[in-house]
Amino acid sequence: MGSRKFGNRQRAVEPQDGHERMSNEHTIKTIAGMDSVNTTVLGADEIILNMGPQHPSTHGVLRVKLKLDGERVAGSECIIGYLHRGVEKIAEHRSYQQFAPYVDRMDYVAAVSNGLGYCEAVEKLLGTEAPPRARVVRTILTELQRIASHLLWLGTHALDIGALTPVFYCFREREEILKIFEKYCGARLTTHAFRIGGLQYETYDGFEEDTKRFCNDFAHKIDEYETLLTENRIWVGRTKGVGILNAADAIALGVTGPVLRASGVRWDLRKAQPYAAYDQYEFDIPTRESGDTYDRYVVRMEEMRQSRRICLQAVENIPTGPIMARIGKVLKPPPGEVYHSIEAPKGELGYYIVSDGTTQPYRVRVRPPSFINLQAFDKMAKGSLIADVVAIIGTIDIVLGEVDR
Amino acid sequence: MQTLNQALFIFFAVMAVASAVLMVTRRNIVHGAVFLITTLLATAGIFLLLAAEFLFIVQVILYVGGIMVLFVFVIMLVNLDVSMRQVQFNRQWFVAGTLALLLAAQFLYAIWAVRSPGALRLPAPAAEMAPKNTEAVADALFSHYMLPFEIASILLLVAMIGAVVMAKRRTA
Amino acid sequence: MGHLIPPSIMPFVLPVLYAVVIVAVLPLLAGYIVLMERKVMADMQARLGPMRVGPHGLLQPIADAVKLLLKEDIIPDKADRLMFWFAPLVSVTMALLAYSALAIGPAFQIADLNIGLLFILAVSSLGIYGIVLGGWASNSHYSLLGALRSAAQLVSYETAAGLGLISVLLLAGSLSMKDIVQAQSDQGVWFGFSVPFGFFIYLVGSIAETNRAPFDLPEAESELVAGYMTEYSGFRWSLYFLAEYANMVIVAGIATTLFLGGWLRPGARYHEHIPGTGIEWLDALPALLALGVALYSLSLAPKQPVKIQKVVMLLVALLCLGMAGVLAGALIAPPAVMQGIHGAFWFMAKVFAYIYAFLWIRFTFPRYRFDQLMRLGWRFLIPLALVNVIGVGVAIVLRQQFAWGPIVSLIPTTLGTLAVAMLLAKDDAPTAAASLADGE
Repeated sequence: MGSRKFGNRQRAVEPQDGHERMSNEHTIKTIAGMDSVNTTVLGADEIILNMGPQHPSTHGVLRVKLKLDGERVAGSECIIGYLHRGVEKIAEHRSYQQFAPYVDRMDYVAAVSNGLGYCEAVEKLLGTEAPPRARVVRTILTELQRIASHLLWLGTHALDIGALTPVFYCFREREEILKIFEKYCGARLTTHAFRIGGLQYETYDGFEEDTKRFCNDFAHKIDEYETLLTENRIWVGRTKGVGILNAADAIALGVTGPVLRASGVRWDLRKAQPYAAYDQYEFDIPTRESGDTYDRYVVRMEEMRQSRRICLQAVENIPTGPIMARIGKVLKPPPGEVYHSIEAPKGELGYYIVSDGTTQPYRVRVRPPSFINLQAFDKMAKGSLIADVVAIIGTIDIVLGEVDR
Repeated sequence: MQTLNQALFIFFAVMAVASAVLMVTRRNIVHGAVFLITTLLATAGIFLLLAAEFLFIVQVILYVGGIMVLFVFVIMLVNLDVSMRQVQFNRQWFVAGTLALLLAAQFLYAIWAVRSPGALRLPAPAAEMAPKNTEAVADALFSHYMLPFEIASILLLVAMIGAVVMAKRRTA
Repeated sequence: MGHLIPPSIMPFVLPVLYAVVIVAVLPLLAGYIVLMERKVMADMQARLGPMRVGPHGLLQPIADAVKLLLKEDIIPDKADRLMFWFAPLVSVTMALLAYSALAIGPAFQIADLNIGLLFILAVSSLGIYGIVLGGWASNSHYSLLGALRSAAQLVSYETAAGLGLISVLLLAGSLSMKDIVQAQSDQGVWFGFSVPFGFFIYLVGSIAETNRAPFDLPEAESELVAGYMTEYSGFRWSLYFLAEYANMVIVAGIATTLFLGGWLRPGARYHEHIPGTGIEWLDALPALLALGVALYSLSLAPKQPVKIQKVVMLLVALLCLGMAGVLAGALIAPPAVMQGIHGAFWFMAKVFAYIYAFLWIRFTFPRYRFDQLMRLGWRFLIPLALVNVIGVGVAIVLRQQFAWGPIVSLIPTTLGTLAVAMLLAKDDAPTAAASLADGE
């Protein structure tokens, strides 16, 4: 049915080097590597379905080509690049401070953590460190940003699966966080909150009260979301056993963040390689066993609670002192290279900066967590039903700005 | 009231015959199925005019709402391009036509043979609705015709099981 | 008045009048149910909903209707034109036809068929053709698949809902809508309370039958397979939409008649009178409610920002006052009139409560995946419904042989069905690895 319509040619691909191209793995590589027009080998019942760049559930301009066997996904290919803006190339022609606003635009959902990673990387390159007060304020803002990012993820993921209400509740809470950001640095989304060497702005009057009030309200709100979803039979049915990624595959693919922790690997950069002020606070790393969508959901919910915990501890005790380290106005780091990574809400966000001694970096390479996590999509989607593909894309939590840069 | 009955009967009868003719003459098989549906609905209407409301409703629920849905499903899932290009009238149309004419002649003779004033009128509807049709059918079905009823049920069950077994894909 | 109308036409006057009222009012009602849905959705999502078109969005349905009527009529190129035109008609016709047997209050019924309930079920099941033919006529692979899925879902859950209804029919003893309500009045208890599992099964079945969440996979926008309505726009689409909401009101009407006592006043045995008058509190309640709404609208009128909104709000207040007047006037009218008017009020109130439950469920739960949906229907609801029917049979034996009371005799049924339900639910752990035996 329909097998003639979708352009598959029912002839075998000429085997090269005398090797048979019959294994499933190889067929996937065929789709991924070359044009589907002349080299696709499809079985009698298989069709290629295109989830085009414009689709309500791909969370950005992502194109997914699915090879379907009836209802099941036999293989997939993600085609990215629709949002590529050449950020890394631009970096080579901006000074270090000039480049800082650009990093917000990569993971635009969690701009503050992008900024944190970049500023800390440059500070490492310069061999300085931000003063303690700046580090604590950075931690608070980054954890608030983590909560905001997870809230957006939760709302949109639930919406894809059909729950129409949590998205509004999540955005209501996210609004509170964005108001705090706006009061602090004037912007809600692309905040450019941090500067190389520390902070530009002192915390405003009432920053601690606002944060405390938000954190106190928030526990009750997370319970609300959990009531709606966690024990809900339909939610569990849609997410349990869907998109399983085991620990070995996760590590082999380089997956990081909540996806990795849900697969059973206890790895969080905030504990493994502490940065900012994380070593001063007590918090847990939620981990789960089976690596399905439900586990990733539970891990992120728990992470929101832990972030709240960190915020409450940090806000009790913000040290006084300067907010900016003593570095010159013109930044000329000594020639060298540095790789610094942080635990962004989506995974390990790394910056590899090569300096040639001038005011502009020689190369800035960003390790975007979403890009690397997206590579696990094929493993997760193979064998699942079409209706689950949407859930799987949502559960990896990708932001195309980061994937494409 | 009698004229209303008469008018309704003529309406349903014309609808049934016209739908039947349209059904066999359509090239598009989905149109044919839709006209079969209207034919069955018209027949159900005639049942209703005969005060057999249970039969009317069963015709609608089972035949139109069940069996025809099955027909339509199958038609839509089959590759239609091939069937549209098939020849609609095959070489046996002469024999078939002759037989149909013979049958029509028999019917006409039967109608002519019982002619007498009012013989073909619909019976006047009962003045009071003495045991309602549904209950009458139920009484008969569960007392006198119990055995055939149960046998028919088992037959249907066997058919259902057979259908499920055949439809299950033979996966490893 | 009898000598103005010839006796041969007399039996048809009232039904035709009722039919005209239904056909005229139903599109408006469907539009306002859509507005109700948007306002309730907004309320549950911590926002306001339509507020601009008319005060508090009250003229929104009219604006939407006008827009849909004026839209360009687009037919896909290779679509089957006859079917494309015919399919929405089938849906709407069947949806409207079902109203002919529905009894809205003891006096308002177009035709008191003695197979009334079966008739409504039969006609509702014919609505499937609207979906299937619509999906077919769109000449799109995915529309067709979505339509066939929707039809398969409808058929499965119709079976379950029908079995749920049968359990109540055994107690009512008749298929006529009026007789069923009468039976509830005679037995002194609404069947929704005495056979709660029947009610539950019918509730779930009716949600799936009308393609509402959590069973709306065939029409959801974020899924890959587009629904059967995709290629329809403008007036044709609004016909489908009207059919969907008319169906919702029909199933709510059936549920009200069979499970919620139809037009019987809640608290039929509560006879406390307003001191000093012969009027019972619960009888005065409808008029008081209407009056309350009228006063509330009056109080909101000055606060509207735009003049036209003020005017519309005052008109709404006036309308509610009129209703209050009618409801109060019915209290002093002859009992048949009072029964008719108050009966209609209580019936519609229960229908709206049932629809509110639909909306509430829609905005709370995520969507079922199609195979999980079919699994739920076939492996949980239908066995449960069968057990329920058998249980009610046992209850009837208890009543007839051992003279147990109407409520008490059903307690073993409920307990037994509950036990089976828990067994089935435990067994039905949802897994994604469940095999999908599809023949598509």
